[in-house]
Amino acid sequence: MMQMTFQHYRQEVLALTMRWVRRLSREKFSMLFTLVQPMLFWLIFFGSLFQHAANIQILQAPNYMSFLAGGVVVMTVLNNGLAGGVDLLFDKENGFLERMMSTPIHRSSVILSRYLFVMTITGMQILVILSIAFVFGVRLETGLPGIAVILAIGMLFGVGLTAISMGIAFSVKSHGDFFSLLGFLSLPMIFLSSALVPLSAMPGWMQVVAMVNPMTWVIDAVRPLIITGWEAAIPQVALAFVILAIFDAVCLYGGAKAFRRAIG
Amino acid sequence: MMNPAVVIEVARLGKTFGPVTAIEDLSFTVHAGEIFGLLGPNGAGKSTTLRILITVLPPSAGTATVLGHDVVTEADTVRSLIGYVPQERAVDRFLTGREHLELLGGLYHLSRTETNARIAELLKLVNLEEHADRVVKTYSGGMKRKLDIACGLLPNPKIVFLDEPTLGLDVQSRLRIWDYIRRLRENGITIVMTTNYLEEADQLCDRLAIIDGGSIRVIGSPLELKTGLGGDSLALTIKEHEAEKLPRLRDGIRALPLVRDVRINPTGLDVLVEAPEKSLTAVIEVAQRLDCSLDGIEYHRPRLDDVFVAHTGHWLRGGTPEDAEE
Ligand SMILES: Nc1ncnc2c1ncn2[C@@H]1O[C@H](COP(=O)(O)OP(=O)(O)OP(=O)(O)O)[C@@H](O)[C@H]1O
Ligand SMILES: [Mg+2]
Repeated sequence: MMQMTFQHYRQEVLALTMRWVRRLSREKFSMLFTLVQPMLFWLIFFGSLFQHAANIQILQAPNYMSFLAGGVVVMTVLNNGLAGGVDLLFDKENGFLERMMSTPIHRSSVILSRYLFVMTITGMQILVILSIAFVFGVRLETGLPGIAVILAIGMLFGVGLTAISMGIAFSVKSHGDFFSLLGFLSLPMIFLSSALVPLSAMPGWMQVVAMVNPMTWVIDAVRPLIITGWEAAIPQVALAFVILAIFDAVCLYGGAKAFRRAIG
Repeated sequence: MMNPAVVIEVARLGKTFGPVTAIEDLSFTVHAGEIFGLLGPNGAGKSTTLRILITVLPPSAGTATVLGHDVVTEADTVRSLIGYVPQERAVDRFLTGREHLELLGGLYHLSRTETNARIAELLKLVNLEEHADRVVKTYSGGMKRKLDIACGLLPNPKIVFLDEPTLGLDVQSRLRIWDYIRRLRENGITIVMTTNYLEEADQLCDRLAIIDGGSIRVIGSPLELKTGLGGDSLALTIKEHEAEKLPRLRDGIRALPLVRDVRINPTGLDVLVEAPEKSLTAVIEVAQRLDCSLDGIEYHRPRLDDVFVAHTGHWLRGGTPEDAEE
């Protein structure tokens, strides 16, 4: 019986995930964008533009490019995670969600399928970003195992972000509200974090805000994996895992609540 | 069999959305193998009732069981026994028709072979075989509706819930869909559908509940409801420039012994009479006495329109008999 249930669950999640994959393959434009994320341009232009302007001393990195790489990776996770709920919002609006909810599926499989899909795409994008950084001379101090750890951190951060996004999707009245809330959330999360400048280069109040921003902790764990090496990275990574566990728990709780309110 | 098997039992069901009462104190039963209709105007609470029955909306009051299972506490069992065709064209523009059905096959836990067999069967039923591998974005409204119906039938359900199955379709497609629905009944499937088309309720439904303002006004077969009015209908049309004489004419006719009810409509009067062959001459006499020139008289068995007005006080398409008096 248990096994039967698990098989059903796997079948549902697989069918739903397949739907997202098929959709992406149909939307040629968005597929292109997914592959060549605008983030990459950021990395290239910003990286070489501010190369000279940035003070290598403050950054404690060989160049701004390698400093930025970690930030770009995490910003990709942020963007994808926060946008992850948008398709469910459309499903809610056009009744497709209701159709899915009238079938004997476990309620969570819709959510899980979305998460699996978003995170697979995000993982692939992270690999592309790191490869491009490699072409521009950024060498990962921690090598291939470091990449695995970066991916793990990204996935863990993505859980909470996707939960926030779906929570908003299930709570808002229209998708106009969704996108304004999204912009409201994502910009400060990027600028009030160590994504673009290190904390030490910020004014005092900004440092305080950045300290409570989970982005900062995630970036501060990813960055040493790229530019310094294991010794400096391990305590940061451990700290990030703890903070993300708390962050995810809070977001999942809120997301589940919004979901239950919307679906019953 | 004296009592047909009851497959759906709804008792004192209510649903409020904040300050809005969508449905109130609804009770009815649906019998195995019938086409049961909920007939009502926009906002009457038809979709809300259906949503509660398909377990996607929890009721605020009362209970409902489907094939003996409570829609709240045994929602999962209910979901595995029913099919649902929503009112909106709930389709994914980027998937093909076949992919929709494959997705649902997964959600209903059918095996691959089962799913494929069902898909072949259903595509044939709704005549979508040629379009199965086209993206739904390129479908016409009618094709989307057919796909919707195929999706609702995929799990081979015991009961199918159809929310306004022919809304916005042309006459041909509508007739075709009526035909599918009848064929489903022949295969032993129970159908619960909503509609705001009188002809549809009349021609298709074995029994129907007239619902208005969130409550049920009357339940019965179309024939029962019509004969329940206890008479036949005379529709008098009066010349336009004599419209101001209508109230007097109405009062004159109402005073006749065989007349049960008279209502003013936009073109004249609806008269409910007991014995048309006798009352007809009496009615014409009154009109002559009051110097009203009649444009025409039509005699008909009571229609569902008449039933609707009698039980709700207004026409299905809006307006009340009183409005027309002004
Ligand atoms: N989610 C909701 N939130 C608030 N009010 C709602 C909601 N769903 C329905 N209502 C209200 O409940 C009432 C009944 O709506 P319902 O959709 O059941 O009507 P209906 O009979 O299906 O109408 P139609 O023929 O237009 O489809 C309406 O007044 C509607 O505004
Ligand atoms: Mg409706």
